[in-house]
Amino acid sequence: MKKGLSKEAIAARAAREVQDGMYVNLGFGIPSLVAEYLAGRDVVLHSENGLIGMGPLAKQGEEDPDVINATKQLVTIAPGGAIVSQSDSFMIIRGGHLDMTFLGAFQVSENGDLANWKVPGEDNIPGVGGAMDLAVGAKAVVVAMTHADKDGSPKIVKECSYPLTGRRCVSLIVTDLAVIRVTGQGLVLEEAAPGFTAEEIQKVTEPKLIVSPGLKEIAV
Amino acid sequence: MDKTVKSSDEAVRDINDGAIILSAGFGLCGIPENLIRALVRKGSKDLTIICNNLGSTDSKDGQIYGAGLLAKNGQIKKFIGSFPGPIAKLPWFKELYRSKKIELEIIPQGTLNERIRCAGAGLGGFYTPTGVGTPIEEGKEKRLIDGREYILELPLAADFALIKAHKGDRAGNLVYRYSARNYNPVMAPAAKVAIAEVEELCEVGALDPDSVHTPGIFVSRIVKGETYEKRA
Repeated sequence: MKKGLSKEAIAARAAREVQDGMYVNLGFGIPSLVAEYLAGRDVVLHSENGLIGMGPLAKQGEEDPDVINATKQLVTIAPGGAIVSQSDSFMIIRGGHLDMTFLGAFQVSENGDLANWKVPGEDNIPGVGGAMDLAVGAKAVVVAMTHADKDGSPKIVKECSYPLTGRRCVSLIVTDLAVIRVTGQGLVLEEAAPGFTAEEIQKVTEPKLIVSPGLKEIAV
Repeated sequence: MDKTVKSSDEAVRDINDGAIILSAGFGLCGIPENLIRALVRKGSKDLTIICNNLGSTDSKDGQIYGAGLLAKNGQIKKFIGSFPGPIAKLPWFKELYRSKKIELEIIPQGTLNERIRCAGAGLGGFYTPTGVGTPIEEGKEKRLIDGREYILELPLAADFALIKAHKGDRAGNLVYRYSARNYNPVMAPAAKVAIAEVEELCEVGALDPDSVHTPGIFVSRIVKGETYEKRA
């Protein structure tokens, strides 16, 4: 079977959405890998536990247990960094001060609904963290995820069957197979992974994709 | 004014069965680790713990620490937070949850903060766009403000707040360090009794007023923490 992009390549493609001067938040999973592709850029990373200006992971000998990120990794503070309380950190998120957030997802719907916090079933213990606040507060929500789940079922669906994180909040989806923009007309396939056709991508996507006239290959 | 108590055990002496407790920290960063250990020793039961995550694992030994120690010791009736964390993967915790011996209330992180802040600030609640169109909105008043939908969230108060600061003076003025600040300044004002543990205890007048993050007016007791493991 053909292979799409690696997790790292998804993160690298997602990182190209970031423009210099942006304030950006990175969620768990593939989104956390985006940081690596923003190194050296004029971008400020916000971590919801109260760190504005997150630097790279702490090297051995540099670790300080009082400096962690929202993924609970030992990190560093970038030059010009600032510390705020949780309350102020979520004022930043909800108040529309973040330019972009990258989130993982279980499902994204045709109209940009996001489901990423709860798996149905009474025995599954949910955890929401900052995802719902980021979904309503960031100026742009980019989902970075695998195109299908482990058993091959589409994660881009007509309507989410999992409990929602936010309604109509996703603007762009970057997966191992495609880059898809959420528009008022529907989902527009803008880029395809090397070796994949629009038809092949449609097969693992539940809603009908609009193929962009400018469809191109994802630059890896 | 001198609010110091001699030990963590003395600081938690009146946290009795059924108490509602705000426990600060994020992951294992900025947690009141000495007060939690004292509360484990005291053994109070049926506690409601309001905390971002119910403890977390130490990356070195893989064991649960922080407020998770209270769950492990069977002291918690209800957890209110945004993210149970790695404890949710442990078989003994799953069993507590399945058999309804522990109740979980999951709240979006920003809403959790703001509900606690409201309790300390004397506010009756707030309207937030967070959770609109999700299961979080169920049973809540909805309102359209400037064309956008919001839901009403109510204050979340407690009997006790367990706070950790880097430095503090005898009057309870507190200074935090880096990302260990997190929930601490939000939680201290929201409880009837706020108990702060500090790594360094200093005399009144030793702190620069401009550097104080939480003023002593929000703090009832202050204790120098006996041992800091500062796990991560």
